[in-house]
Amino acid sequence: MYSFEPNEEQKMLIETVGKYAINDLRPVAREAEEGKSLPPKLVAKGWELGVLQASIPEAYGGFGDRSAVTGALAGEELAFGNLAGALAVETPNLFALPILLCGSEEQKQEYLPKIVEGNWAPYTSALIEFAFDFDPNALKTTATLKGEEYVITGEKAYVPFAKNAEAMIVYAALDGVTQGFIVPKAAPGLTVENEAEKMMGLNALPTFRVRLDGVKVPLANRLGGASGHDFERILASMRVANAAAALGVSRAAFEYARDYAKEREAFGVKIAQKQAIAFMLAEMGTEIEAMRLLTWEAAWKLDAGKDDAFIEAYLASMGAADMAMMVTDRAVQILGGHGYIREHPVEMWMREGRGFAMFTGFAMV
Amino acid sequence: MTIEFETPKPIAQTQLVLKTVAEEMMRSKSRYFDEHEHEIPWDYMEFMHTAMKAMGAGSLAPKKEKGNGHDGGEQKEKRPSIAYQSLASQIEMLAWGDVGFYLITPGGGLGAAAVAAAGNDAQKEKYLARFSGEKPTLAAMCMTEAGAGSDTSSIRTRAMLDEKTNEWILNGEKIFVTAGDKSFTEYEKLGKGFLVVWASIDPSAGRAGMRSFVVEAGTPGVKIAKLEHKLGIRASDTASISLVDARVPFDAILGSPTVEKTTTGFKGAMATFDATRPLVAASGLGVARAALEFLKEKLAENGVQIRYGLPRQKLSNIEREVIDCEIMLKSAWLLTLKAVWMADNKKSNALESSMSKVKAGDVGTKITQKAVEILGPLGYNREFLLEKWFRDAKITDIYEGTGQINRLVVARQILGYSGAELR
Ligand SMILES: Cc1cc2nc3c(=O)[nH]c(=O)nc-3n(C[C@H](O)[C@H](O)[C@H](O)COP(=O)(O)OP(=O)(O)OC[C@H]3O[C@@H](n4cnc5c(N)ncnc54)[C@H](O)[C@@H]3O)c2cc1C
Repeated sequence: MYSFEPNEEQKMLIETVGKYAINDLRPVAREAEEGKSLPPKLVAKGWELGVLQASIPEAYGGFGDRSAVTGALAGEELAFGNLAGALAVETPNLFALPILLCGSEEQKQEYLPKIVEGNWAPYTSALIEFAFDFDPNALKTTATLKGEEYVITGEKAYVPFAKNAEAMIVYAALDGVTQGFIVPKAAPGLTVENEAEKMMGLNALPTFRVRLDGVKVPLANRLGGASGHDFERILASMRVANAAAALGVSRAAFEYARDYAKEREAFGVKIAQKQAIAFMLAEMGTEIEAMRLLTWEAAWKLDAGKDDAFIEAYLASMGAADMAMMVTDRAVQILGGHGYIREHPVEMWMREGRGFAMFTGFAMV
Repeated sequence: MTIEFETPKPIAQTQLVLKTVAEEMMRSKSRYFDEHEHEIPWDYMEFMHTAMKAMGAGSLAPKKEKGNGHDGGEQKEKRPSIAYQSLASQIEMLAWGDVGFYLITPGGGLGAAAVAAAGNDAQKEKYLARFSGEKPTLAAMCMTEAGAGSDTSSIRTRAMLDEKTNEWILNGEKIFVTAGDKSFTEYEKLGKGFLVVWASIDPSAGRAGMRSFVVEAGTPGVKIAKLEHKLGIRASDTASISLVDARVPFDAILGSPTVEKTTTGFKGAMATFDATRPLVAASGLGVARAALEFLKEKLAENGVQIRYGLPRQKLSNIEREVIDCEIMLKSAWLLTLKAVWMADNKKSNALESSMSKVKAGDVGTKITQKAVEILGPLGYNREFLLEKWFRDAKITDIYEGTGQINRLVVARQILGYSGAELR
């Protein structure tokens, strides 16, 4: 069957998460961006909504099953409130979901209950590298098997909450194939920059450069154990999450611009009554819906284990990134000069909008 | 409800059959009928009629008992219908074969859709049953006039009631009627078709006075005045039709015979468009898919592989273009599917219908244009059908509301504006 309506449970989740997004995340968005930090209480409250917890089976301390579709719905909703807040709340996903999807039984036992039963804690992952042609499937960070250990060397960038991370999954090329490795906090050779990255946008989310100088981890720390795992599954989940977040930010910008256009007058009419503005809005609305459906389909294919799920996730992420740039740019355009001023949120969304071209790795569903 | 994208089995099965039809019965003849405009592909029409009857499809016209969200009748079905979803999928596949042929597929097309959307039960019975008859049968929709295209409310065709005979008398000139000739002219090989003609029963009432009338094939006073020569979709006849004191029975009117203050007449037209726009979108996406598949095939023959998964920065220009086309095509199809799914589930879909049409109009033209561009000398050559698909696809952005008109519809929905507030 084809069907385009979230189920009852998902609707309830959307509603709860949506309330948090609007009542908690959105009001502090500007202040957080300018002050370059998020109130810890805010993140804690988001964590208590239990989005991740609901994706982890009871056997590992959670209360549900992971569904990429549900994750995408929640991800859009959170990002609609504020992207930095959304990504902060979802940061532990970056550690827990790869373990859930690809981890060995021991890894699941060791980490999942600890994470989902506890308070929000900085468990994270390090994927992105600081290179213009960064490619998750051709990492410059390497892992080499030496006796009973893997030795990891390289540099990572944009690692969310790396500073105080309890543990992180570091992705590295093992004989040319991307694999994840669980690296604990105190591993010798692991250095996290003191200063957070300074970015064009998303400044409220603390992300860091991380250096690995011959960091040694035991064989059991390779994600999935000795035989490793299929990184494509993780990457596809990151891509769907990226697309979902792009949808949230785009919808925020679209609705703001729409409402503004119905208020603002020029030449004796509301600017929304001019086709030049109205057509932009029509196209923004259409593209958001188009990319939402593509994202849902990719997520559904992941859940259903379809052969082309990875390609679909790739297309969704790329399409949503382009859409987000188009929509957020036009939102600024619709507000005119006022859109350029930091009193309105649209310029912030535009800075975030460009980021989706490289944010893959910041979220997972 | 849930979110799900599994193609229902009956749809998947029909698609397999139609794919063969598209290849064997359509594409093999595409070039000939492109170069012999106004000749009629009887083989195709007769084959389709027989084949659809055999498949139990009967016709491409929406089955009246399945409803479309506008016929108001009480329905007691347990499972939501997939009639519109099937129809959109079939149309996509037929258009993948040849849009021109698809447009003359027996089954009633826009004419039947208009009856389904605005007619009462008796009218649906009377006018729609014929499509599962002995011979292939067509119907057409006549809205456009020389002076009234996008602005449908300014049509000049008049309908006056002759109270003595209780007949409507129609006068006016319609243009650009798809399948107008095959629906009206009484060919021996065809069953008796009809035209749905839009006219005003009260010009002073504006939109509220607009009504549609079923005009049976061969009705005296009605003439096919001209067949157009076109950029593409040449297998499909596009007729000018003149009506001079043409008489139709009283109950040929779809909707109320009296004028109320509300704009109910025009709403009939709009309801028809809500139902048919995603179907037109589907046809545009069928051609687009044909072009994109051909492009990828030629690239593969020439050793160009599309490396999915690479970051943008590492892709070649051709790979980027192809990937962008795929994103456009897939997402446009999903919009279309959602619009028809809403129709099947009796949800009002004016917004989604027009969104799908906006997107398909864009995507259909862009993908076919890109494919011709990327394939260079191959793309431009008439040895292949690609250049024809480029010409065929353009119509998607023009008929059934231009891209601009559909943007207006979407914008009004988004903004909560009336036609007067945003024109
Ligand atoms: C091959 C073919 C088949 C057709 N089949 C049928 C059929 O079966 N039945 C039928 O009734 N009609 C049919 N049509 C007619 C078709 O629906 C019209 O051509 C179409 O609606 C546009 O009308 P027009 O050609 O008069 O253009 P116009 O209305 O003159 O439009 C010209 C341009 O102005 C733009 N425009 C117009 N109004 C506005 C506005 N308010 N805001 C912004 N831009 C605007 C249009 O988008 C377009 O770009 C067919 C046409 C073709 C070419």
